[in-house]
Amino acid sequence: MSSGLLEVKDLHAAYGATQVLHGIDFGLQGGRITAILGANGAGKTTTLRAICQMVRTSGSALFDGQQLVGRPTEEVVRLGVAHVPDGRGTFTALSVDENLRLGAHVRRDRDRVAQDIEKMYSRFPRLGERRHQQAGTLSGGEQQMLAISRALMLRPKLLLLDEPSFGLAPKIVAEIFRILRSINTDDGVSMLLVEQNAQLALELADRAYLLETGRVALSGSSRDLMADESVRRTYLGV
Amino acid sequence: MDAFLHQIFSGLANGCIYGSIALALVMIYQATHHLNFAQGEMATFSTFIAWALIQKGLPYWVAFSVTFGISFAAGLVIQRVILRPVEKAPVLTNVNVFIGLLLIFNACSGWFFDHTVKAFPSPFAQEGLLKTQFFSAHEFGSFLVMLTVLLALYAFFRFTPIGLAMRAAAQNPESARLVGIRVSWMLAVGWGLAAAIGAVAGMMVAPVVFLDPNMMSGILLYGFAAALLGGVDNPWGAVIGGLIVGVLENLLGAYVIGTELKLTVALVLIVGTLTLMPAGLFGKHVVTRV
Repeated sequence: MSSGLLEVKDLHAAYGATQVLHGIDFGLQGGRITAILGANGAGKTTTLRAICQMVRTSGSALFDGQQLVGRPTEEVVRLGVAHVPDGRGTFTALSVDENLRLGAHVRRDRDRVAQDIEKMYSRFPRLGERRHQQAGTLSGGEQQMLAISRALMLRPKLLLLDEPSFGLAPKIVAEIFRILRSINTDDGVSMLLVEQNAQLALELADRAYLLETGRVALSGSSRDLMADESVRRTYLGV
Repeated sequence: MDAFLHQIFSGLANGCIYGSIALALVMIYQATHHLNFAQGEMATFSTFIAWALIQKGLPYWVAFSVTFGISFAAGLVIQRVILRPVEKAPVLTNVNVFIGLLLIFNACSGWFFDHTVKAFPSPFAQEGLLKTQFFSAHEFGSFLVMLTVLLALYAFFRFTPIGLAMRAAAQNPESARLVGIRVSWMLAVGWGLAAAIGAVAGMMVAPVVFLDPNMMSGILLYGFAAALLGGVDNPWGAVIGGLIVGVLENLLGAYVIGTELKLTVALVLIVGTLTLMPAGLFGKHVVTRV
């Protein structure tokens, strides 16, 4: 685990006086997909927000050897961490095209950006058809695709995904997870995935951590967790 | 009839200036949800700088450009140094800061340049090409200058990456941070632009109303009326609101209430808009589910 892309140690996070994360440790190997599972309020979203420094944090989070704790959010992003946030973070009044251009805001290779936008449209043809449409008029599934594409426009080393399946029809969810898999295998983007849907998450991820009220309750390879009796009963419903 | 048309055209010329001040207010409002009460006094101070440069013998348009640059830089620095510490503070704290800035700039104008009323030159020759049947040369000239500023601003926001980033930062600051936009700096650039637009408006209005430390106080009221009438979250509304206020003020002043009561038009519009139509003509009606 020493050569991990992301190494989190004793990470605490709080909203005002409310402590949400009570010192969690986890890691992520480059090129892999790691899932964070847990019930509502376990601190899954907060973990992602803590990595991006969108919430008051203490402890340590090393990304590629660089300390993230204490760095402003926009500087964390500039190191190559893209975040598909809870609620999708769409720039609703801007066009689909402008949303994608914003994803590449920190990049300086302008000509390659245009190519990447076309790549996103070939990956998600529905976005291509709506490129000049105001992003707020897209359906939930399309906005999720837009959020993932916008994050990928950064050419990130690490993609943080906050419940990409939330509120979407099963068919759309299957499509999105198929594309996430291909992004990981084709482009080598590492992912940290937060999901309520444990079944889906464990199928996609190599490794998973189970959060309970702000602490890591269990961790292991996806295969082991899927076989674990308590995980099966509580999170997989089988 | 000619006199009537002249009133309308001269109203449009004034309206452009009101619209620009309104636009400066709206730009900052969109990003921060605060109205900068010091916008007018900042513009007055900028105009004094232009006056001093012209007194030193600089050609008009050189002084104009230098003032534009200085005002932009000053706006940027004011946001970084004075407003950034209160970015997350309650509204009233910000209002206090704005009123403080208003008093500081007003006092500084008087202190550095004294309180006597000064003539400010117009760059447009009295009997030149720009003089037409309905416009005086200065009216038409300032109309063109303000139009140029507005178009340049539109192009900036529409076609440049930093303009796009500023729109994104104003609309959804959290998402903007997540794509790496330095949101706080975008606010500073917004302040710079607002100060620079204000400076242009000040330099265009000064030949008409003459330059003194309180030059913009009335204009700022018209600017507020324009911004509110157009819808305080809509830049186009601000400009159109400015034109409407300009024409209305001129016509009512000439035919109905007389010039003495002109400023009342602005106040009636402000109170009327806020009570009858708070979102303005082109503003968004925000509905929140609770």
